[in-house]
Amino acid sequence: MSSFAITVVGHDKPGIIAAVTKALAEHGGNVEDSTMTLLRGHFAWTLLVSVEADQTEIEESVAPFASDDLSVTVLPMPEAGHDDLGAHASYWVNVHGADRPGIVATLTGALADQGGNITNLSTRLVNDMYVLGIDIDLPQSVDADAVAATLTSLASDLGVSLSMNAADEDVL
Amino acid sequence: MSDSVSQESEAEQSQTIVMPELPEGRLLDTVVAPAEVLSSPCGDADPTDPEVIQLAADLIASMRVAPGCVGLAANQVGVPLRVFSLDVSEHPKTRTCHGEFVLVNAEILEATRNQKAREGCMSVPDFTGDVKRATRLVVRGQLPVTGEWVEFRTDAFEAVALQHEIDHTNGFLFLDRAAGAHAIHPRQTYL
Ligand SMILES: [Zn+2]
Repeated sequence: MSSFAITVVGHDKPGIIAAVTKALAEHGGNVEDSTMTLLRGHFAWTLLVSVEADQTEIEESVAPFASDDLSVTVLPMPEAGHDDLGAHASYWVNVHGADRPGIVATLTGALADQGGNITNLSTRLVNDMYVLGIDIDLPQSVDADAVAATLTSLASDLGVSLSMNAADEDVL
Repeated sequence: MSDSVSQESEAEQSQTIVMPELPEGRLLDTVVAPAEVLSSPCGDADPTDPEVIQLAADLIASMRVAPGCVGLAANQVGVPLRVFSLDVSEHPKTRTCHGEFVLVNAEILEATRNQKAREGCMSVPDFTGDVKRATRLVVRGQLPVTGEWVEFRTDAFEAVALQHEIDHTNGFLFLDRAAGAHAIHPRQTYL
């Protein structure tokens, strides 16, 4: 069994997902994790597919959907998705404010410096209002309050509001 | 004892549901999704039936030994009956608390003030989900042994937990309540 990452990005129209998954199913492909959203109206989809087929077969099966305004790529994926982070704690970072260059680079740079691993990230720009959400895992050895203070200070320099909260889930 | 202290302890006493005495409970294994018993509505139970009384005791015993577990529905131990145990007394988000109890054939009478929070479930160990739940609730249900109907009002975490357990008895998981396509998350395992 092989694993492939397929990306489909471009002009949005109804039926893209139905058509691509039908072609993959006909090759025995199983869609595992996938996420799709619209980015300023553009279709953006990444999916992991496990299948008993080689890269050429998968590329041929999805090639018909590619066009001038829709890009389709196929990449072989290794088994393990990520390095072992060890003991960690999860946080949600929420940022909003006036758009300006460098907000994501500055804040994610500070998180990377602390060994933080981003598990989800979403940025949205509507008119001049910029909203950024980061789910971050910090190694247990890192002082989260100090990270929050650093981020808050950087956000203040950027003129945006930032809050960082422990990702909190209740097992019921 | 001052007046204010005795009033407070009276208020606490009146909130706690006084459970009839139950037999010794046994520890039961938890059913994990996907499983038909978790996704089908459970049947009404006779709270005076000795098997239901034993089930009530088993749910409490099994809930007590599971770390962090605040509630357990009968179908989570494979029994398709409308019975669950609950105890949120140790949880930091609890305000009103009715102690440790079992309700049979419970239903929600009023639910208001929705709030979104991230939930997990012992029967869905690999995922969490962002779920909107009412934080003000009126529920009613029967106590095991006597079959007495109790009706009470609660809030905050006890309200959320009651909705989660009553959902179980109706064949719903928190996955059925997720607030949108991006509201379900893998629970990080980092093997
Ligand atoms: Zn549950």
